[in-house]
Amino acid sequence: MSRTEDRLSRWAVTAPPTLFLLAFFLVPALIVVLASFQYPGEFGGLAPLADPGDGSEHGLTLENYRFYFSDFLFTEILLRSFLVAAASTLICLVLAYPVAWLIARSPKQHRDLLVLLVILPFASNFLIRVYAWMIILGPQAGLAQAVNGLLGAFGLAPVSLLFSPFAVLVGMVYVHLPFMILPLYTNLEKHDPVLLDAAQDLGANAWQRFWRVTWPLSLPGVFSGSALVFIPVLGMFAIPDILGGTRDMLIGNLIKDQFLGVRDWPFGATLSIVLTLCVLGLAGLAAWAGKGGRHG
Amino acid sequence: MALLELHDVTRRFGDFEAVKDVSFAVESGEFFTLLGPSGCGKTTILRMVAGFDRPDGGRILLDGRDLAATPPEKRPIHTVFQSYALFPHLSVGRNVAFPLRMAGLPEGEIRRRVGETLEQVHLAELADHYPHEISGGQKQRVALARGLVNRPRLLLLDEPLGALDLKLREEMQLELIKLQREVGVTFVFVTHAQNEALALSHRIAVMNRGRIEQLDVPSRIYGFPQNRFVADFIGNCNLLEARVVDRRDGELGLEAEGLGEIRAPATDRPGSTGVLALRPEQVRIHAGGDGENDQDNRFPGTVRDFLYVGDVTTYQVVLDNGFRLSALRANDAPGRARFFEIGDRVTVSWARQAGHYVPD
Repeated sequence: MSRTEDRLSRWAVTAPPTLFLLAFFLVPALIVVLASFQYPGEFGGLAPLADPGDGSEHGLTLENYRFYFSDFLFTEILLRSFLVAAASTLICLVLAYPVAWLIARSPKQHRDLLVLLVILPFASNFLIRVYAWMIILGPQAGLAQAVNGLLGAFGLAPVSLLFSPFAVLVGMVYVHLPFMILPLYTNLEKHDPVLLDAAQDLGANAWQRFWRVTWPLSLPGVFSGSALVFIPVLGMFAIPDILGGTRDMLIGNLIKDQFLGVRDWPFGATLSIVLTLCVLGLAGLAAWAGKGGRHG
Repeated sequence: MALLELHDVTRRFGDFEAVKDVSFAVESGEFFTLLGPSGCGKTTILRMVAGFDRPDGGRILLDGRDLAATPPEKRPIHTVFQSYALFPHLSVGRNVAFPLRMAGLPEGEIRRRVGETLEQVHLAELADHYPHEISGGQKQRVALARGLVNRPRLLLLDEPLGALDLKLREEMQLELIKLQREVGVTFVFVTHAQNEALALSHRIAVMNRGRIEQLDVPSRIYGFPQNRFVADFIGNCNLLEARVVDRRDGELGLEAEGLGEIRAPATDRPGSTGVLALRPEQVRIHAGGDGENDQDNRFPGTVRDFLYVGDVTTYQVVLDNGFRLSALRANDAPGRARFFEIGDRVTVSWARQAGHYVPD
């Protein structure tokens, strides 16, 4: 094959994904970056970049970023969102690990069925499932009655399970649990059982076998599962909308409101950029820590 | 007292008896081998000694103490697995340190002993490498080092050389012998390769269908097989169906099927039947009607086939009475693959004391 042909075929392979990323990732991202430096349009949307000649706002501005930093409330919502995402991820991990482990250790002919059961909830609509939690956590339901009965027995005032940070967390964990189970299962299923025999043979008790062998080997699954839970939870607005109270607003709700409610697209774009930068920073930190951990 | 004792150990899987009433004792410092075809129960015995499997009957004693209630992690017994089972997320040094960490030794002591043991298996410079970065032979040594580092009473080796190529396997055999002598740890070795067993072991238990067929030192296993299975399984062998007869000259001889009367070291009553195990290297082969006249048994025949393996060539000879016999000749003339061609007339002969009679 000649050199030109060689180059041509390499292009044929790499060009489509490059174009795909350009069209569907880079260009939209740049549009959002640009929007975050623009003025809002009078009736929503964006003000024009070129001067329309009627004295209205136009061109580029740092006003949106100035506004973001003018009130700590926005950062507070961002931090709370990170906290909720971290808590959801951790709870998902704790709940998903034993499930994934049990599926991976169950007889081969049962595994596919068990995996199917894990993803079965996706067959029904996401909103319906979240609304179902409204009923489960509602004041008339047995759960709330039981909790408040118990609190009453200790002379404490009744609480509302619904419209609380607790309800938001429950919804987040419930919806995202399969995203944690599946990568963990995929990882744990590949573990060679002879490694656990070897560990036991060399003196490791049950806890040491988990902590020294299974856990470190499952870290890639833990990382991908955590990413699959953490990032969607961070941007989630439907669950806080439905299950949360007025003070449980998260960054996702804030951004959604800028676009759909207040119709301040530039500020919505600014919030998006701040959020994206924070996530990228976190991902970079995780990658750096993971690299250090491997050789440390 | 023997270090390891098995008393009437039995293990069933459903209707299948994998191990049947097996008893043997391994002495301290011994290199003991369980040899047999796959499915003979040797690995099941190993797993029961390690503690991963429980006998359905019988007892396993270490230093006179019953092991039944001791889980694998509490037994002073380590295993070198066939697949090595190195921890992929740990460096070579940390793999070797693993049993010491589990034993809760101080860090300085761990470092010293890991260094020492890696030195012993010539891997000191690879301590920081990961298992996926080293060769099969090196993995083998890491597994050995990891098994030996905290001086177990017993090291079990489950076909550890099976995955290595021939050259490396021979090298490792020599190293295993040396290492075992150096560290003085008792080895129980499992293999289906009879040459490996003969080369390495102090004693061999030949197993078949869950039972021990013969337990002895390698030279006696090879030279004096106790039954047909052992004679057939260990090395190549001419098996001559025979009956003990009274010879005219007053001593006992054998009447071999298809060969007629032959002179042999029979040890049974006249009239009883058995098999004469005659190794190919005990059978001499000569051109035409030549041959040493002092040999007790001589038969003319024709070369039917030969197998050249470098140092020696094995000839398949069809005797004039139709009987087939293998004879082996060393290729002592360089560059010669064979001394006889197919179809050559030859004489095969063997001494009376050659071969071993196995009564039924």
